[in-house]
Amino acid sequence: MLAYVARRLIQTALILLGISFVTFILLYLVPADPARQIAGRSATAATVANIREQLGLNLPFYEQYLRYLGGLLNGDLGRSYLQKTEVSTLIASRLPASLLLMAGAIFCELVLGLTMGVVAALKRGSRTDDTLMIASFVGVSAPQFVIGILLLYVFAVKLGWFPIGGYGTFAHLILPSITLGFLGAGWYSRMMRSSLVEVLRQDYIRTARATGTSRARVLFGHALPNAILPIIAMIGIDIGLFMSGIVVVESVFGWPGIGQLAWQAIQRVDIPIIMGVTLVSACAIVLGNLVADLITPLIDPRIKLR
Amino acid sequence: MSTARAIERETATGQLAVNGLTVQVATPSGARTVVDDLSFTLQPGKTLCIAGESGSGKSMTALALMRLLPQPMARVAHGTALLGGRDILALPEAEMRRVRGRRLGMIFQEPMTSLNPVLSIGRQLGGAIAAHGGISAQEIGRRALELLDQVQIPEPARRLKQYPHELSGGMRQRVVIAMALAQNPQILIADEPTTALDVTVQAQILALIRKLQADLGISVIMITHDMGVVAEMADDVLVMQHGRMVEHRPVQAVFTSPAETYTQELLAAVPRLGEMTGTTEPKRALERQDAGQDRPKAAAPLVEVENLTVRFDIKGGILQRPVRRVHAVEGVSFVIKPGETLSLVGESGCGKSTTGKALLNLIPWQGDIRVSGRSTRKLGASAMRPILRDVQMIFQDPYASLDPRMRVGDLVAEPLLIHGLASGSELADRVAYLFGRVGLSPDQMRRYPHEFSGGQRQRICIARALSLSPKLIVADESVAALDVSIQAQVLDLLQDIQDETGIAYLFISHDMAVVEQISHRVAVMYMGRFVEMGSRAQIFENPQHDYTRKLMAAVPVADPSRPRRAFMEKAEDLPSPVHALDYTPPRHAPRDIGGGHLVWEAR
Repeated sequence: MLAYVARRLIQTALILLGISFVTFILLYLVPADPARQIAGRSATAATVANIREQLGLNLPFYEQYLRYLGGLLNGDLGRSYLQKTEVSTLIASRLPASLLLMAGAIFCELVLGLTMGVVAALKRGSRTDDTLMIASFVGVSAPQFVIGILLLYVFAVKLGWFPIGGYGTFAHLILPSITLGFLGAGWYSRMMRSSLVEVLRQDYIRTARATGTSRARVLFGHALPNAILPIIAMIGIDIGLFMSGIVVVESVFGWPGIGQLAWQAIQRVDIPIIMGVTLVSACAIVLGNLVADLITPLIDPRIKLR
Repeated sequence: MSTARAIERETATGQLAVNGLTVQVATPSGARTVVDDLSFTLQPGKTLCIAGESGSGKSMTALALMRLLPQPMARVAHGTALLGGRDILALPEAEMRRVRGRRLGMIFQEPMTSLNPVLSIGRQLGGAIAAHGGISAQEIGRRALELLDQVQIPEPARRLKQYPHELSGGMRQRVVIAMALAQNPQILIADEPTTALDVTVQAQILALIRKLQADLGISVIMITHDMGVVAEMADDVLVMQHGRMVEHRPVQAVFTSPAETYTQELLAAVPRLGEMTGTTEPKRALERQDAGQDRPKAAAPLVEVENLTVRFDIKGGILQRPVRRVHAVEGVSFVIKPGETLSLVGESGCGKSTTGKALLNLIPWQGDIRVSGRSTRKLGASAMRPILRDVQMIFQDPYASLDPRMRVGDLVAEPLLIHGLASGSELADRVAYLFGRVGLSPDQMRRYPHEFSGGQRQRICIARALSLSPKLIVADESVAALDVSIQAQVLDLLQDIQDETGIAYLFISHDMAVVEQISHRVAVMYMGRFVEMGSRAQIFENPQHDYTRKLMAAVPVADPSRPRRAFMEKAEDLPSPVHALDYTPPRHAPRDIGGGHLVWEAR
């Protein structure tokens, strides 16, 4: 178990190294010049050259990368070009909001998706099943900004139940969470349905029923622990989906998280922030998967972590 | 009052009267009747065996009685089943639930899948004990231990904490039996309970069911395709075919004077251990006097295997280095001559399939294997290709070994194309010939595998293996999944092909009776080693090793007049083949007790 976690953490470090390298190359190749962005439109060529010199942007690519990597090993993500603040400070101030939003979204997608999936599986072939599966299809295919704007229009503008945007109270959290979780709920309901239909067909379900065990007990005690296994693996992967969704949802709802921070940084070619957010996101994805992999053996005794 | 008491008495005796049971399955072309107007009475304390081949409706009958038919496809169309004065087929689901477990217990065929993989044995057994509530946790624990003890599981307290994957097939089946008995039902329905088990384990489980029946006074409905099991277990026999009852009589009468042609055929197709006594050639060759005579007696060996050893590493730790090792095959040596059938017989996990795979270089191995004098050690895929023209394989499951998206003609043609041996009309002719050779019609070539029955599919697999005109076919449990009548046909086909072409077989099987019919020579495997090897007559008429004798004694005999075997005490599992890395297995030298009859004794 400990050996397993250690090996996975070493893998994580290698993955992060690879991601930092690829992101750095991509940003290096972007035609926009950060120095000119910082200097402003009216600056002289000399000012721009000066800024470039200061930021080390005139150095060869590998030297720039090694410098960045050196900082990284000391826990230094660099300074924002434009906000003149440590990137780590910026991310740390924004991260709690994003994590809160993600937690809300995971809750929404699990409650919505699993309920829909279980009901559809139990009533498979019926009209309820069809309706739920069409709804889930809308969930997986509708773009998030459309759902976000739709929810805002109906529940915030027309009905006035929730605030239009911003951050702070529980009411602020609800619409963005549903928006972010809607896509996942669609996936989960479809996965849960097929997984549970498959499990309900297994011999051990028949064995349990043959002893006179009640249907509810068979469902919750015998079928769900098996059917949930692929979903757990999926939640790990989901964190990656969230990272892209969060940029859109935070913009729509004016949510002060790292998605918004990234979006602003991309518009202004603020390379240290883009790098920082990318690495933090990558970390979250890898750790999310690790946590999913650690939970699985708690439910499925056949899986041993080696 | 008196009626209630009468019902009570009848309930306690466990008599079940089935009348006109009809089960239908919905298909795209309308309802199909799979059980047709079946009537029988199960007497208290007796065993009724329902026997028949696949598709006869015997399992559907059992599921209909439990009201566990696959929903929504199958349903009971007519009929009644009176148990304790009530028609259980007409009970509302809530009341039927109280019949399940309390009045009717059921055991299923596949011990590997009939236990929930994520719940511990204690949880599942406890769930069965308390299925209808009202029992304290303490009482559940006490009863669980008592049940495991009753089904003869050693160390019951430890087993309760284990999970299904940590138990062997035989142990799992005992747990399933314990679950079925948890609420003291009066009737036990057992659907092919030993089909998936090894013979020695089968013998233990059958004896256990007989003992429990005697101790607890329950009635048993036993569903089986195996007439040997019928002879060992039944008081009465009900033979089914295509959903209908063929014959329903006491067991002695069915075996000594079967009234119906179908029953006679079914009994005739059963291979009986010992029926080849006093012969040297395989069964089919004996029936055809002309065949088998020109088999070269002293030809150069086709395959020589020396000291074959197969070990698999189990990896672990941060660096994924080997930590333990599975000793699958340990120092096995044998030769196969042209035109000869060598059978490898043994129980699951003994290494017989692994040996077969090593012959085709499908797994890494150590030692030496020579095919027609040429060593195949460490040969790459391209160097191995010409050798694979000589050595082909047929697998156990004819359903899984044919690509469902390819036409069967293309499947048989594929090896010829890969080896560039034929093309165009020559290829088509060759494939048509092969289809004819295995008893199929060439105009079936354009169909897909799912359009064929299991026996036909196995014929297609044989045609595919024959396409390259190999000198040896490794047949890995190739008839194990087939009904006895089909099995007999396929065995005949294999022997006819051998007489005609002089092909050799490495016949891998767990079934002693089948091995006796088809083999020239036999090797008995146990824990990755040979324990005895010799001619068919030497092994079957003069078995020397304890294990060989044990295997033969365990085979159910299709003769109800034979005394039934006594109950065996606490079950023992096979020892584990997993050892530490520094383990060096002991080497035993065989002792030749005359005429090439080799016995390996552990000393």
